[in-house]
Amino acid sequence: MNFEFSDEQNLLREQAAGFLADKCPPGAARAVLEGDASFDAQLFKGIADMGWTAATIPEKHGGLGLSYLELCVIAEELGRVVAPVPFSSSVYLATEALLLAGTDAQRRAWLPKLAAGAAIGTFALTESAGQPSPDRLATSCDNGSLTGTKLPVADGDIADFAVVVAKCDSGDGASLCLAPLDADGVTRTAVATLDPTRSHARIDFDHAAAEPLGAEGEGWELTRRILDRAAVLFAWEQVGGANAALEQAKEYAMGRYAFGRPIAGFQAIKHKLANMFVKNTLARSNCYYGAWALSTDASELPLAAATARVSAIQAYYFASKENIQTHGGMGFTWEFDCQFHYRRAKLLSVNIGSERTWQDRLISAVEAGQAT
Amino acid sequence: MDFGDTPEEASFRQEARAWLSANVPSKEELEGLDEVQRAKLWQMRKYEAGWACIRWPREYGGRGASAMEQVIWNQEESSFRTPASVFAIGQGMAAPTMMAWATEEQKRRYLPPLASGEHVWCQLFSEPAGGSDLAALRTRAEKDGDEWVVNGQKIWTSGAHFSDYAILVVRTDPEVPKHKGLTYFFVDMKSPGIETKPIRQISGESNFNEVYFTDVRIPDDHRLGAVGQGWQVAITTLMNERLAIGGGGGLGFRQVFELAQRLSIDGRPAIKDRSVRARLADWYAQESGLRFQGYRAMSALSRGEIPGPENSIGKYVGASKTQDMASFAIDLLEMSGVVSDPELSSHSGIFQYAFMGAPGLRIAGGTDEIMLNILAERVLGMPQDVRVDKGIPFSQVPTGAS
Repeated sequence: MNFEFSDEQNLLREQAAGFLADKCPPGAARAVLEGDASFDAQLFKGIADMGWTAATIPEKHGGLGLSYLELCVIAEELGRVVAPVPFSSSVYLATEALLLAGTDAQRRAWLPKLAAGAAIGTFALTESAGQPSPDRLATSCDNGSLTGTKLPVADGDIADFAVVVAKCDSGDGASLCLAPLDADGVTRTAVATLDPTRSHARIDFDHAAAEPLGAEGEGWELTRRILDRAAVLFAWEQVGGANAALEQAKEYAMGRYAFGRPIAGFQAIKHKLANMFVKNTLARSNCYYGAWALSTDASELPLAAATARVSAIQAYYFASKENIQTHGGMGFTWEFDCQFHYRRAKLLSVNIGSERTWQDRLISAVEAGQAT
Repeated sequence: MDFGDTPEEASFRQEARAWLSANVPSKEELEGLDEVQRAKLWQMRKYEAGWACIRWPREYGGRGASAMEQVIWNQEESSFRTPASVFAIGQGMAAPTMMAWATEEQKRRYLPPLASGEHVWCQLFSEPAGGSDLAALRTRAEKDGDEWVVNGQKIWTSGAHFSDYAILVVRTDPEVPKHKGLTYFFVDMKSPGIETKPIRQISGESNFNEVYFTDVRIPDDHRLGAVGQGWQVAITTLMNERLAIGGGGGLGFRQVFELAQRLSIDGRPAIKDRSVRARLADWYAQESGLRFQGYRAMSALSRGEIPGPENSIGKYVGASKTQDMASFAIDLLEMSGVVSDPELSSHSGIFQYAFMGAPGLRIAGGTDEIMLNILAERVLGMPQDVRVDKGIPFSQVPTGAS
């Protein structure tokens, strides 16, 4: 038994943290928040040059063929700095969908580009308010013709292609298809969201060209598998963000004086931050379990993923809101950086299914006998 | 990262499991024995076969096992129904303190009977005037030749009435600031002048005692650490206390989960109710987080590092989790949830029992609030509270009683 990352993986973490401290200072997220750009293109190019977009892609498709543990390390560091890049859409979702269900031709067409950061992919599931389900899908894909509206789609305004979940009259009620987003019949409109440091769009497909990804009528099961895998990686991002929010709160509390002493000395503040630490530690330990399950393709991945996801959602939300509270009025101002974690925490708490959804999946996994 | 067993670990696990299957006492063997007798029978059987306190060195009664082997042994033993231990304080707190501070001769004399279960130890730290502020304790020890004469009162002592020895912190100098005037001893509980009185808890049970000292004489060679160094020695014990108390309490996710499978809400199994699932998922995630945090702590141990104050989270999270789960289970039972009679109650009354015991879990071994202070100060490096007794001779510190 060994419950720690290897020396090589820890070295990768140091390199990643150093790179991001240099290329993704707090000003990077702010520039995207306040500017016109959808993402930090220069940072994303740097990330691709570091090989991170290629991490889990096999060498024969232009990737590095590393394990998922390395990707977990990278995810945590990206989460810590609230990176304003389409990494998660492209790597955790689109790349995973291709690796899971793509034909050899589809993989050859897209994986080398994804690995090099020359193409951005995304995953388009949500169409309307409320929990998605096969019977609530309106988007259809018949004979290579895709019609429907997806809203919101993360990075939908900048992605080169999307993996789209469409309804299907047979099988589990859904099919996946792969749709280039520069095709005729595709209209993309950026939408305002809670977290403008991660762009989102409405995509209207009107008889747009698309090809099936995976077997017809197996799209819902594929979606579940893709989201289970992505959940572990997003959970690592959330844990990274939650720890950064705790550090931000602590730094402020140590330097802010009231009643003649640092507010960090008051138990009301100490207990708040200690509770952040507790939630972050539990989430991080569950993320280890998730990382292990993902990297070994363990049969209990659904349980491990849901467990990591539930505790990471709770930890990041708590840390992000109590970070603002610790800062007092200043934390509520536009000039302060507390808002970045508050925005990102809420985005990540619903982006691939809400806390309630993952709590439900966790118990389903226990009912299925995955818990030891 | 590898959560599976190595071939060596797998073979150790198999060996442990095989021994346990053949040696866990049967119901008939335990018939007619009280809790202490049962615990001693099981402990001695483990000791004789080399399965007691397996992490300890062989010369002190252990097996010289690795941290990982300890984890495996714990997993395997907990999968069997074995007599409850009465040795947690002796083996989990007194022993690590002895190993760090006692002479070689003392270790060879006192540790093997702790491992075999021949001796039960208790902990005499808390006092009526010193709970969370432990260092404010007042029990006095005065030197008389090669002996110390102890007078005062201790409280919240688990198992004092059946213990053979105790670890004890007393004040040897009231004229210096409070942390500097303490000294640490171990004491024979059969010494003349020691009187034990049970405390009745809200659960109706009496797990704790008051222990009175009247001119009790302790030889100076029962001192651990220097005179005045007692606080430093006590810290060794307290860090291990938090590990020993852990997140237990006898109630786990699985029991509440199974209850929710059996009961119904609106004509459907309660486990199908979304609000039930949400609560259960949170507790599962907490238990899982503690489990893997424990594995990470053991990984640190196996690298030769000592468990740090971050281990306070186990007891902090576990205590409230037990309380909340017990309360939730009683709610699921609706009106019949008030029935605590083990003969009539669902699951032999474990939920009602846990509910009445849980307030104690949140207090014993450091209250929730003290745990949070420890995390904030020792893990996060936040400043200590302002202490009005700092630097003042203990005898001049204001108290509510005077």
